[in-house]
Amino acid sequence: MNEMNEVRKPPVATTGIIGWLRINLFFNWTNSLITLFVIYCLYQFIPWILDWTIFSADFKYNYLGEQITNQEMCSRNLDPENGGACWAVIYVRFYQFIYGFYPKAEVWRVNVAYVMLALALLPLLYAKLPYRKYFLYFTYIFPVIAYFLLNGGLGFTEVSTNKWGGLLVTLVLGCTGIALAFPIGIMLALGRRSKLPVISMMCTLFIEFIRGVPLITLLFFGMVMLPLFLPEGIDMDGLIRVLVAVTLFQSAYMAEVIRGGLQAIPPGQYEAAKSLGMSYWRMNLLIILPQAIRISIPPIVNTSIGLFKDTTLVIIVGILDLLGIGRGTLADTNWLGLSYEIYFFVSLVFFIFTFGMSRYSLYLEKKLKTGINMGAD
Amino acid sequence: MKKLLSIFAVVAFAFSAHAGTLDDVKNRGFLKCGVTTGLAGFAAPDDSGEWAGLDADMCRAVAVAVFGDRSKVEFITTTGKSRFPTLASGEVDMLARNTTWTISRDVNLGFEFVGVNFYDGQGFMVPSALGVSSATELDGATVCIQTGTTTELNLADFFRLNGISYEALPIETNDEGKENLFAGRCDVYTTDASGLSSTRAAASNPDKWVVLPEIISKEPLGPLVRHGDHQWGDVVRWSLNAMIIAEELGITSENVDAQTSSNVPEVLRLLGVEGNYGEMLELSNDWAYQIIKQIGNYSESYEANVGPDTPLEIARGLNALWTQGGILYAPPFR
Repeated sequence: MNEMNEVRKPPVATTGIIGWLRINLFFNWTNSLITLFVIYCLYQFIPWILDWTIFSADFKYNYLGEQITNQEMCSRNLDPENGGACWAVIYVRFYQFIYGFYPKAEVWRVNVAYVMLALALLPLLYAKLPYRKYFLYFTYIFPVIAYFLLNGGLGFTEVSTNKWGGLLVTLVLGCTGIALAFPIGIMLALGRRSKLPVISMMCTLFIEFIRGVPLITLLFFGMVMLPLFLPEGIDMDGLIRVLVAVTLFQSAYMAEVIRGGLQAIPPGQYEAAKSLGMSYWRMNLLIILPQAIRISIPPIVNTSIGLFKDTTLVIIVGILDLLGIGRGTLADTNWLGLSYEIYFFVSLVFFIFTFGMSRYSLYLEKKLKTGINMGAD
Repeated sequence: MKKLLSIFAVVAFAFSAHAGTLDDVKNRGFLKCGVTTGLAGFAAPDDSGEWAGLDADMCRAVAVAVFGDRSKVEFITTTGKSRFPTLASGEVDMLARNTTWTISRDVNLGFEFVGVNFYDGQGFMVPSALGVSSATELDGATVCIQTGTTTELNLADFFRLNGISYEALPIETNDEGKENLFAGRCDVYTTDASGLSSTRAAASNPDKWVVLPEIISKEPLGPLVRHGDHQWGDVVRWSLNAMIIAEELGITSENVDAQTSSNVPEVLRLLGVEGNYGEMLELSNDWAYQIIKQIGNYSESYEANVGPDTPLEIARGLNALWTQGGILYAPPFR
């Protein structure tokens, strides 16, 4: 054994925590300055935000130990120097934020629908779920079950959509819009690239028209004009009209996203499929779309997140979604002036959902290996 | 946009040929009433999800007049933009949505304002530290003003008339105006007086803000129905009038039972003990009695929702009875 062969450890300054710090945070003097500045900002900000949101905040009782029933009882209004957030408003209004004005006796139906939604999403989230096939069947029939459960019929008493609100409306609009827009968008994207001029022109017209107007205009269109096109006597529900508008809007965007994916597929793929004697539909369903959708995942999730947030616009047509309930709460003379708490809570809920969506897309990208060299491995 | 909306409204109106709203409401079993998506003191959901406020009471009063039951009403939320199309298309039977009565809305949009349930007007709010007691002393002030509203035009008129200048800080929403004023980015916030009161009530220390005495515009807010259905218009109009007359006659929800044996003829007529005024309206004869019993008179509704004892602290002012220095005046009940 030769002394030269002894394993020498790398210098301390390039490994471990110290090495990581040196390379990432203190590589040169500008980096070091920026790092110190950011640390200083966090040091100033984090204790303050933690104190405001948690340590000095009222959750149900104020600092005198009384249960809070209006804004005047909040610690921060009783003692402006020391009080933090007054979360009691969320506590008192929690029911409205989650269910809107849904009758209390029937609210178990919404709860069941929420649980079923989670179950329906499960097989989509975990490919390795045992009995995934049966779960998927459930996912397909879930919308029908949810419709009867929430709206009534089949033995359930009817609950007018006018009573729906809060997170319920946000989720119904977001999920339905995203789920329906996906197949419609695929058809529109294929149609726009079709060689049949009538189909191609109609799809292009539809997409360009819908994309060319703001969502608010479409919502108004759905609310005011749609009933005029229906035969007399058919009374279309307000929420359904809004759903139609939201779905049309989202399909147009989805179509363009998927068309982008379709255009990225090399012509060789089409030619290879055709040379195997595949029909148009088999070629698209088995060869082209799986690849096109795979590379379109980031923009698909992007527009879906966009839609989820855009659902707050329905307040314009008088439907109280999560944000609408928040604003309604702010207009109650008991809770005037608690805008920080309410907007903080609403944005937190939205963040949880949109962040979940974006993490899911990352997971999918990793699983499907949608990098540039997707064919390589 | 306004033009477009009025076209929408007219088109929608032409398609919705409603013969008798009163019959529709009776057949349906409940009233559909358009309210705001939330305005402090006028209409907002309370902690249990029930709509409360001056406008919500107006809706309930009509429901009581028709059904004798204050719960027979469905509140449909509408925004400033959607309220007129919603009424025109027949999706609501009436609007009680702090809507200003103007000639164009009354005539051109095809609606009928049946009365005024709140006399509002544009006012100014300043920090009390500014030491200003009149809006005419506001020369050179920075004013927070919602863009594209009539308040903007009224403001320009007022300052020009008084020969003083101001600097405008344009804002979009009431919340934004509130935050800017509280942060000291503007010296003055101007909007409807009722809005100023709710802004002041939302401040952490309301005493630090004062609403100046000048009211520079007329904003009569009232319920409205579709034009052309006079029977229904009468029901809504007299539901409001009954509450005002009840205050005038001193009938409250508490003493209404005792008042049925009063010896004042108008009280007896109003409460349906004498005459057949309910029948004329195609309502039950005790409709006004029920309104007073279940909702209260105008004063009770006002005091409970916007009056000096609520956080809004809006004094009666113009909304006091004509006998008490205000302009609230209902035609005689005979």
